[in-house]
Amino acid sequence: MDEKKIKLEAKNVNFYYDDFHALKGINMQIEQNSVVAFIGPSGCGKSTFLRLFNRMNDLIDGTHLTGECLLDGRDIYDKRVHVDELRKNVGMVFQKPNPFPKTIFENVAYGLRVNGVKDEKYIKQRVEESLQSAALWEEVKDKLKKSAFELSGGQQQRLCIARAMAISPSVLLMDEPASALDPISTAKIEELIHELKKDYTIVIVTHNMQQAARVSDKTGFFLLGELIEYDQTKKIFLNPEKESTQNYITGRFG
Amino acid sequence: MKRFLEKLVEGILMISGSLTSVAILLIIIFLFKEGIGLFNSPEVEKGYVLSVSQANPVNSLSPLEVKDIFDGEITNWKQVGGTDEEIMIFRFDDIFNYYPEEEMGENYEFLPDKLSSVVQEHATIIAFLPEKYLSVSFQGKLLDKKNISPLDFFFGKEWFPTSAPVAQYGVLPLILGTLWVSLGAILIALPFGLAVAIYLAEIADVRMRKVLKPVIELLAGIPSVVYGFFGLVVIVPFLQSLFRLPVGETALAGSVVLAIMALPTIITVAEDAIRTTPRIMKEASLGLGANHWQTIYRVILPYARSGILAAVVLGIGRAIGETMAVLMVTGNAAIIPATLLEPVRTIPATIAAELGEAPAGGAHYQSLFMLGCVLFVITLVLSVAVEIISGKRSSRGV
Ligand SMILES: Nc1ncnc2c1ncn2[C@@H]1O[C@H](COP(=O)(O)OP(=O)(O)OP(=O)(O)O)[C@@H](O)[C@H]1O
Ligand SMILES: [Mg+2]
Repeated sequence: MDEKKIKLEAKNVNFYYDDFHALKGINMQIEQNSVVAFIGPSGCGKSTFLRLFNRMNDLIDGTHLTGECLLDGRDIYDKRVHVDELRKNVGMVFQKPNPFPKTIFENVAYGLRVNGVKDEKYIKQRVEESLQSAALWEEVKDKLKKSAFELSGGQQQRLCIARAMAISPSVLLMDEPASALDPISTAKIEELIHELKKDYTIVIVTHNMQQAARVSDKTGFFLLGELIEYDQTKKIFLNPEKESTQNYITGRFG
Repeated sequence: MKRFLEKLVEGILMISGSLTSVAILLIIIFLFKEGIGLFNSPEVEKGYVLSVSQANPVNSLSPLEVKDIFDGEITNWKQVGGTDEEIMIFRFDDIFNYYPEEEMGENYEFLPDKLSSVVQEHATIIAFLPEKYLSVSFQGKLLDKKNISPLDFFFGKEWFPTSAPVAQYGVLPLILGTLWVSLGAILIALPFGLAVAIYLAEIADVRMRKVLKPVIELLAGIPSVVYGFFGLVVIVPFLQSLFRLPVGETALAGSVVLAIMALPTIITVAEDAIRTTPRIMKEASLGLGANHWQTIYRVILPYARSGILAAVVLGIGRAIGETMAVLMVTGNAAIIPATLLEPVRTIPATIAAELGEAPAGGAHYQSLFMLGCVLFVITLVLSVAVEIISGKRSSRGV
């Protein structure tokens, strides 16, 4: 029995922005400690789907969801679920680096502080660990008291990853984390994803086919709010079932 | 043709821009020119002199000393650096107590001599006399003629601009009155204003906002006399009974009225500032498991800090300059208040109340312009300070 544990699952998910039907009947299972990539043309609903798993879409007025989103087999939209608790467990890295206008140290410590951690020694230790696993420690260890805005875009994005990891979530959602970065920073982040796989379940949205092929175990192809194909990454890129998938990855549209 | 029109519009815009600047500059120059004139005016009323006996060692007196002498609060020369003798006050019309009117001559031609001898004969006299009745051979000693000094103006504690022989132009009570009332107003308005701004920007749903916003904007449009009425009829009696005061017209009443008046400004500007917090900042915070309140005070408020500061300054600006409502509810006593529960008088209220009765070009008139300058400088300092603070913040991002 080498069937892996299912970490995230979507069951017949439909999602609406007011009247606009953004996600149409999506079913997906994501295994624990795997990396899953979402690809698809702009506006097909990748971000919308990703943001369902930490309930970020709750912030938008007039949205509506049917179907089920499960984390460890439990419905995260159940009334008994505390959104804050859920988000502690499901970290998110956004497309644009969005550090707080605070010091580098306080950025990483933020999640701990809002979750009531008072032990400064522990906070210091977690900040260092997180910055280390985000491969940023060496670059910032001498300027932790400096504003996060003084970092480069790539460093800021790694800071945001460190910030997300500081509270030890089990899932990391990444929405085009490398889209604004140069090739070197991108390579660093991809390397990081490989590392993080040991401890996290990672879902990453990307427009970069090579990136999806390099980092992910499984890939999902979205088109106009539907999940067209979801399979092993190798299979998707070498021998997809659907013609539209084939067309997309070979760059014939989108 | 099109290019010509563009040029024309550009020209008109430029001209109106520079005209506005020039107008503002002219107003400021005018204000200061009139105001500075105060320090070239003599302390003693124009056309009059103060004189003592030749034997008296005292050569000059400060405005406050003169006032206290004529008010009977200083009664001995010892108190002002002279010998230990009682002061004898002599006003011009007192001359008829010494010499009957018949002796003055047909056209009062002997009056100067009589005045001279009165001053000569009384060693402890201080006489307040019209300059035109001084004879060439006047036997008294004239006290030093000084101009009104800036020191007495800015640090003087007495504001009696119409008292004779020497008017008192100490603006400290007025400056302090203004600051007290404004500070009180901000202390009241800031927490309320900020709370409402947070509510409107972050918590209220769309329907609630649609009702509240216009109401608050309406509040900004009410004329200040109406606020004054409200203060006089509602707040003043309320404070009076609440604190069991002899009079309800106090600095606090002014603060409360001003706070209500400043609220719409503070709310609107602060709400805008809060709204400018980028959504990705909020999402970053919520995404880390922070709840809504933590996000508000840890991310949104710090982010909106300079905007909130601007709101406060605009609020204070309104409070400091506000005239009518304050005039109506603060009791207008030009004394330095020990607590907010005493009557005070603010700079604008003083200007408004006294300008009508001050003879144009006189020292009193000039002192009111100088008060205007003081007010101008206070607001200038405030806005520059804010500019510096908010500029620093936004460039450092911390
Ligand atoms: N806040 C919103 N309100 C209304 N419609 C929205 C909102 N956000 C997204 N949409 C719509 O939902 C659809 C899916 O958007 P989504 O952001 O999920 O696309 P995406 O696949 O992430 O695109 P991209 O690759 O450009 O990021 C789009 O058609 C978009 O217009
Ligand atoms: Mg997207």
